[in-house]
Amino acid sequence: MQFGIFSVSDITTDPTTGRTPTEHERIRNIITIAKHAEEVGLDVFALGEHHNEPFFSSSPTTTLGYIAAQTDRLLLSTATTLITTNDPVKIAEDYAMLQHLSGGRVDLMMGRGNTGPVYPWFGKDIRAGIPLAVENYALLHRLWREHVVDWEGKFRTPLQSFTSTPRPLDGVPPFVWHGSIRSPEIAEQAAYYGDGFFANHIFWPKEHTQRMVGLYRQRFAHYGHGDPDQAIVGLGGQVFMRKNSQDAVKEFRPYFDNAPVYGHGPSLEDFTRETPLTVGSPQQVIDRTLGFRDYVGDYQRQLFLLDHAGLPVKTVLEQLDLLGEEVVPVLRKEFAGLKPAHVPDAPTHASLLAAKQKDEVKA
Amino acid sequence: MKQRTLAVVSAGLSQPSSTRLLADQLAAAAVAATSERDVQLNVVVIELRDLAHDIANHLLTGFPPAALKEALDTVAAADALVAVTPIFTASYSGLFKSFFDVVDKDTLVDKPVLIAATAGTARHSLALEHALRPMFAYLRAVVLPTAVFAASDDWGADSADGTLRGRIIRAADELARELARREPVEVADPFALNVSFEDLLRS
Repeated sequence: MQFGIFSVSDITTDPTTGRTPTEHERIRNIITIAKHAEEVGLDVFALGEHHNEPFFSSSPTTTLGYIAAQTDRLLLSTATTLITTNDPVKIAEDYAMLQHLSGGRVDLMMGRGNTGPVYPWFGKDIRAGIPLAVENYALLHRLWREHVVDWEGKFRTPLQSFTSTPRPLDGVPPFVWHGSIRSPEIAEQAAYYGDGFFANHIFWPKEHTQRMVGLYRQRFAHYGHGDPDQAIVGLGGQVFMRKNSQDAVKEFRPYFDNAPVYGHGPSLEDFTRETPLTVGSPQQVIDRTLGFRDYVGDYQRQLFLLDHAGLPVKTVLEQLDLLGEEVVPVLRKEFAGLKPAHVPDAPTHASLLAAKQKDEVKA
Repeated sequence: MKQRTLAVVSAGLSQPSSTRLLADQLAAAAVAATSERDVQLNVVVIELRDLAHDIANHLLTGFPPAALKEALDTVAAADALVAVTPIFTASYSGLFKSFFDVVDKDTLVDKPVLIAATAGTARHSLALEHALRPMFAYLRAVVLPTAVFAASDDWGADSADGTLRGRIIRAADELARELARREPVEVADPFALNVSFEDLLRS
């Protein structure tokens, strides 16, 4: 099982000091955070994509490429890549490039983006979110698999004899996850292609995740990719830890109370009960995370959100230490002991390449 | 005897509340009118005052806390709705509107809705027609022709069998007629897949 962190790249005022980091500080800090994720033994760093303030990450492949150059093992991913407003041709090119530079340490998570004003800036309409996701991904899927593509669709100019360059590393396209909170069409899309499904699993009740993963598993089997329990599932999660759980609650509360998305709303206690947010000791995080398996089954990737709501970088790095030293080693052992042998791990470049070579030998 | 469910949404804030009083009288009249048509009505009352924080939290977080979720599910599963609000500043109360703002937009489609309101004077009575009726029409509910308004003086001596009583009975009768001729409501599953991926790819 893979463990990692995902960042939405928000630039938020620290409510305890009133200080807002500059864009430059936040961008430098995210590099430090990603490198530290590798140092503490995590597997994945995933970065969001936004084209509006207060977020900095409009250009994820630049950031991920820079991180790739300073890490050796860390798998770089997205959370999410906007399959609606980006040109699929540019996604094909950018991420194939990143795949080469990082030595295959890349996968992507597709998302639609839920910020209405962003769509028209890119000539799109949020009401066509699902059709955009379907058509754009269908094209991206072909661009990485067919050398020369002739294509015509509704949302971009037609392609005649187009070759996306560079070609995917070793002829193996990056693995793709599809993320959605509650659109069954996206679970269906992931199932259709045999791709991964990622449930953001933060800020929302677990019932959404349970229903969406259940649908994805069932449709994954329907399309002949394996048994339902062999589908590739990833989950988000949000944690804040200190050795003593009361210290965690006390320290995190002002960040919670003022956070974007849920701040000034429910209490920390209500929100931890109603969503997967865990604020407490490392042991509490371990127990809660192991419980995710009860409602999604054996799954392949767990990403945590650590660095939002204005938390200082020092605190985020301490959270990473706790995750790497106390939480993830236990989770790795426990999850591995529970997972039956026929449930696969998340695909990596190495595993996809090996499968491809095996297929070629057969053919 | 057919079984049907009536959800009663009351947005009164004080206790006792004349809004709740009107809601209860409408519900009782609806039970009586439907039983004459061989329909047994199960009444579930939703007091928005108890859900005020949950409603605000839903607006902020995008999902309903458990108690509000239960209320929203009750409205969705009900065969008909009685919706009663106090008139504040020439319209429905903010709490009443906020509740219907977090009701899924398709929940009330084709659902019979009896609208009613309370206020200090009869001068507010047309708020039912210019505020509540268009809101429920937007939600594509079947708003009954008779809307029931009760001002302070309606609760006086003549309320037992006076003009208010007459309007309550007429509205309840309209509700009963709609309930009796309809099939039980079917609740759509928001996670159900209604289209195959091949169709999505082709569209």
